[in-house]
Amino acid sequence: MRFDKTEISLAAVAIACVLFGFVSPGWLIFLLTIAFAKALVVQGVVMQMRSGLVSFGQGLFYCIGGYTVGMGGQFFGIHDAIAALSLGMLVAIAVAMVLGLLLTRYRDIFFAMLSLAFSMILFGILVKSPGLGSTDGFNVHNWTIFGWAPDGGESSQHTVFTLTVLAGLMIAVLIHRYTKAGIGVICEAVRENEVRVEYLGLSPRWLLYGNYVSAAAVSALGGGLTALATGHVDPEMAYWTTSGEFIFIALLGGLGHVAAPFIAAVVFSVVRTYAIELVPHTWQMILGFTLLGVIVFLPKGLWSLVSRKKAGERA
Amino acid sequence: MTSLLAVLIDGSIYASWLFLVAAGLTVIYGVMRILNMAHGSFYAIGAYSAASLVGWYFNNGIGPAWISYLLLVGAALLAGLIVGVIIERGLLRLMYGRDEILMVIITYALLLILEDTMKIVWGVNPYFAYQPYSELGRTSLGLLKVSNYDLSLVGVSAVIGLVLWGLLERTNTGKVLRAVIHDREIAVAMGVNVRLMFTITFVIGTILGALAGALTAPAISVVPGIGIEVIVLAFAVVVIGGLGSIGGAAVGALLVGLSRAAAVHYAPEFELFVIYGVMSLVLAFRPEGLFGRTLARKI
Repeated sequence: MRFDKTEISLAAVAIACVLFGFVSPGWLIFLLTIAFAKALVVQGVVMQMRSGLVSFGQGLFYCIGGYTVGMGGQFFGIHDAIAALSLGMLVAIAVAMVLGLLLTRYRDIFFAMLSLAFSMILFGILVKSPGLGSTDGFNVHNWTIFGWAPDGGESSQHTVFTLTVLAGLMIAVLIHRYTKAGIGVICEAVRENEVRVEYLGLSPRWLLYGNYVSAAAVSALGGGLTALATGHVDPEMAYWTTSGEFIFIALLGGLGHVAAPFIAAVVFSVVRTYAIELVPHTWQMILGFTLLGVIVFLPKGLWSLVSRKKAGERA
Repeated sequence: MTSLLAVLIDGSIYASWLFLVAAGLTVIYGVMRILNMAHGSFYAIGAYSAASLVGWYFNNGIGPAWISYLLLVGAALLAGLIVGVIIERGLLRLMYGRDEILMVIITYALLLILEDTMKIVWGVNPYFAYQPYSELGRTSLGLLKVSNYDLSLVGVSAVIGLVLWGLLERTNTGKVLRAVIHDREIAVAMGVNVRLMFTITFVIGTILGALAGALTAPAISVVPGIGIEVIVLAFAVVVIGGLGSIGGAAVGALLVGLSRAAAVHYAPEFELFVIYGVMSLVLAFRPEGLFGRTLARKI
């Protein structure tokens, strides 16, 4: 198997992250873990954006991933983190395979609204489920990894961080290959002009279907990792404002590169952490103005700053 | 028998409330093709303006109670007018011509900004304006006691629906608006001032949103975040009825209102589920909503 330049740099950054984890303070590790986990969910949003669909309900799979990991440990005795995360992805895939049949018939705002509706249905169900803690959700703890149990606090924080970085690397490489492969390029063609793609003898609908299901799996992985990192899940994960946050990060990063969502998620988390501390009542406003600014001045996201510079060097 | 009556009454009250909230959203989408995520914020702004004005009125014991109803409506009209003009002229005007889905995201940014603006203006403590609600008393219908304020909401919402319909179907401005809905480019070619029409439409939409909030304010405690809850309900109603159709919004509101009331009485755990369940079901069979027009695909 050959690795291209992007993949080698991704791996290098991932190794650097893991090593950095040994020396950095706990709060920073936690912040990065959450950022990278969210970035995985955002990868799901971005995958669909590349084919022209904006999901206002990616929180659905984020929530499914989180709750499956939590419920696996709580009710079914699945304490191994890897097994629980995989289970979360499988459940998300199963749900997406059913919902996708309906959703892939819709485009534009209809897709956005319907995906939002499905995630709100899950929210509604969870809020009314006392067995799952209703609006409070429940705690996720006592998980193990390959039979080894991290002894809480620092140690488990560290383990989740390493796990998240490795999962992020794996998904990033997979998505990178997917976007460079023929099928990934066609996704962009679908965004530009669906009917012409159909004339070429391809089925945009099945393409979008596959895309939707894979995006669901990636997002569920992000949700599961978040549950392990925070040690808690609640229905808020499926609420539509959570999905709005993912769209925000996706636009902030842009669709230009597989690394963009990770960078954007870190920027987002850092800004949010400081903004909530410094200006608790205006931080949403800062977000709103940033979003408008990105749409007007950086329509291709933060990544366009990097690619613009590259283009300048080449010229 | 009583529970069926209760479902019908609760359902119609809830439906008329939903219609009030959804009407502005569907009007704006119909003419401007903007699915306005910030509509919930207009609702909240209306509620806050009305609650603070009416609260102030009663706390100082200025005059008779009936004036408070005029204050409710007046606060909504003024707040909607000011906010609508500022947002349309100051922000949206610069954004026209972008993708429909991008407009959704732009109005989402607007929602984030407005949420915090409200916190700055009104603080985070709840506002109450219960007097107009309690002043009207209750009516006994068999075993049920129903608030007269809620019942009159049904009438108010019907009147607003009729006025809107009349505006669109029976006045000159309405005719021009319908021309813009049908074909914006031809309307421009015929000399219609589309920019002005957009401002008018948007202001009507914000006023309707603010009015919904103002009329709801006496029945609830006005706290941060009420707009966020409302907007997804309004979406569901509008999407069921068909985006841009006022009649559709009315039918959508009735469907959602009655099914939710039924769920609350017979199976309370399905309350939220039912609303979006109805929406998914309608869309599964009629993707463009009950009264929406199907559009040909562009090549």
